[in-house]
Amino acid sequence: MLTIEIQKEDVHDLLIIKGEIDASNSVMLDQKMLDLKNAGSKSILVDGSGLEYISSAGLGVFMSYLEDFQEEEIDLKIFSLSPRVFEVFKILGLDQLMSIYDSKQAALEV
Amino acid sequence: MKYQLKIYCNTTALADLRGFLQTTLSGLQLSDKDQHQLTLAVEEVCANLIIHSHNCNGLDQIKLEVRETPEKLIFEITDKGKAFNLLDYEVPDLKKVVREKRKGGLGIILVKTIMDEIEFESNKGKNTCRLIKWFRS
Repeated sequence: MLTIEIQKEDVHDLLIIKGEIDASNSVMLDQKMLDLKNAGSKSILVDGSGLEYISSAGLGVFMSYLEDFQEEEIDLKIFSLSPRVFEVFKILGLDQLMSIYDSKQAALEV
Repeated sequence: MKYQLKIYCNTTALADLRGFLQTTLSGLQLSDKDQHQLTLAVEEVCANLIIHSHNCNGLDQIKLEVRETPEKLIFEITDKGKAFNLLDYEVPDLKKVVREKRKGGLGIILVKTIMDEIEFESNKGKNTCRLIKWFRS
């Protein structure tokens, strides 16, 4: 089960992910990211507190936008990942390539 | 102990696979982190088979057997699709994946990092992939 909600907060777009992302539904994340990019978002904050599981299909979606976002100066930050989900980002070295924070407050302070 | 599951080759079956693995692994002496990562690695292999070897043909099946010995956990995945030997695939360079905006290839990194041993054999149209995790005291 997966729900992805977008909320506008000041200049940021808050992407709230709840549930599990795998090969059957990663297209949902892809579509939301694409929608935000096409809508001209300059700051995407991903609330990962409700993300219970993510497989390579979902991680690949994030990775596939990194270069475009850098070129278009779109800020992508992820916060509040559970320790076990964060561990998966670390296995792939994504913690070095992406901006990941402990809390929303920490993500907003940078 | 031995546990078995059969799933049809549809990506929606991956949630059932996770449910089965969570139940099976929760009975063993594993940390929450290890349970999560083993589930992920087995799912990555099955997702690959469903998508690439069986083209999501819901009539095809994959069989998973989990065996526990005092030293190790063995996840044996068998199917009759196009042989997909993980060992033939090199671990891609992450920066290259980003540069090429690829969405694939990451699963192989996860499986090879999480598991201690990977075995593959193909015999008379039946493919067997064995993922092995050693218990460490």
